[in-house]
Amino acid sequence: MQIYLPIAEVSVNAFLLLGLGGVVGILSGMFGVGGGFLITPLLFFVGIPPAVAVATSANQIVASSFSAVLAHIRRKTVDFPMGLVLLVGGLIGAAIGIVIFNILRGMGQVDLLVSLSYVVFLGTIGGLMFVESLNALRNARSGKPPKRRKHNWIHALPLKMKFRASGLYISVIPPLLVGVSVGVLAAIMGVGGGFIMVPAMIYLLGMPTKVVIGTSLFQIIFVTAFTTLLHAVTNQTVDLMLALLLLVGGVVGAQFGARIGTLLKAEQLRILLAILVLAVCGKLALDLLLEPAELYSIAGAA
Amino acid sequence: MTRLFWLLVLLLVPVKAPAEEELIAGLSRNRISISANFDGSEILIFGAVKRDAPAAEDPPGVIVTIEGPKTPLTLRRKDRMGPIWVNVDTVEVDRAPSFYAVNSSGPLRDVLTHTSDMRHSITVEQAIRLVGASGLVEDPSRFTEALIRIRERNGLYQTNISAVTVRESTLFDTSVVLPANLVEGVYTSRLFLTRNGVVVAQASAAINVEKVGLERFLYALAHQDALLYGLLSLAIAVVAGWGASAVFRYLQG
Repeated sequence: MQIYLPIAEVSVNAFLLLGLGGVVGILSGMFGVGGGFLITPLLFFVGIPPAVAVATSANQIVASSFSAVLAHIRRKTVDFPMGLVLLVGGLIGAAIGIVIFNILRGMGQVDLLVSLSYVVFLGTIGGLMFVESLNALRNARSGKPPKRRKHNWIHALPLKMKFRASGLYISVIPPLLVGVSVGVLAAIMGVGGGFIMVPAMIYLLGMPTKVVIGTSLFQIIFVTAFTTLLHAVTNQTVDLMLALLLLVGGVVGAQFGARIGTLLKAEQLRILLAILVLAVCGKLALDLLLEPAELYSIAGAA
Repeated sequence: MTRLFWLLVLLLVPVKAPAEEELIAGLSRNRISISANFDGSEILIFGAVKRDAPAAEDPPGVIVTIEGPKTPLTLRRKDRMGPIWVNVDTVEVDRAPSFYAVNSSGPLRDVLTHTSDMRHSITVEQAIRLVGASGLVEDPSRFTEALIRIRERNGLYQTNISAVTVRESTLFDTSVVLPANLVEGVYTSRLFLTRNGVVVAQASAAINVEKVGLERFLYALAHQDALLYGLLSLAIAVVAGWGASAVFRYLQG
């Protein structure tokens, strides 16, 4: 069934969009990532203009994250104070990131920088996570006890706060810094930053994986809601019809994803996310390295 | 009296050969509505050649074009830089039609001379205008070719040779398929009558392509009341997210 999208001004298959939304929703519920890094390129592939794809996927992520976060709240795996600290940091970071992005755009070659930073970040994070979770999985199988979290310099910082759901008593400075740096990257790369935030929370802050997912989703709702509004007001590129089709699939998928997440062990979840991140990284790297079939491309009005 | 008659005949002979010809054209529809289930459309263009004297021996050429709204765009070209492929050249296109179809009654080189094509901007190549490209990139025409190639793949640019049927040098008709990914705006259809590749008569008609119903409403709201539209999008997202969660909780018992 073909549907004409009023803002994108293209006609697409409605069932295809429902399916796309569903798949990304499942990933979102399982791993706590928004899925923007997946859905945006998929929408390009379907023929949606890039500007509309970016803005509209933000809107769909609001829906699927909200759906998934409700499932996590029921399970008490959302750390609200931590989410708020990360959010504050994230908003500050996003503001800095937009300034940097505009400077880079003035210098040209911003596309290349975005692609390269994607490959570098996805590759590093994916690789590290993969190795770590593989070791954890192996240790669990051979019956070795998991390593105790060590006390390091992070625990010596002032402004300590209790994060009950995460079982942490640490300074607010590290989460705030994590929030800021993810915000900067997210604004430059045009994504919500879930795939950077999730590993940062696990490895840098030492939060339990299950709490990380709910908390990441919680702050993603706000980041993407803000992005949606910004795009709607400044560029008029949010396509409500497209968003509706995607989010119907997305909210249902998110519920399933959250359910699947409870059936898996933390190490298994981490290794799956690592594989997903590495796959996206590999695809982007190939795009850069292989000769494209069409050397020329059409961009919208400058 | 007879001398006067012969004088008149002599005067008329050179006028008679290129008989005055005029085009009269019609469209099957001059309005296309884009509704939610819009899946492309076909438009029929027909007409007749009106003339005072009998037609010349050889049949005339008929060319029909349909042109969508023109917009500026940017074209980029990738090239190898070290191990990776990056965009190296950029060309700004001043005006390129969002849709362009050329239907002709015969091979273009037979029914249209290059000079006439340039004067009336008939083929796709002539309808695209580049600006300031010549100094910046080596071969700007390759960018135009690429634009045409990409849009032809999407059915947005079409050249349909021998798609116009001409009957008894007088009646003609043709049809153009408009794809589903159509942009809103005023489309112009131009018709040309050629003799030996030179345009001798032309006519034009306008087709209004516009969104209707829900499509119209959403598009208008997004542009006129952007903040409300943005908030509406968010409200829908939150309600849908909550709805799915509630349904699943209910199903779980």
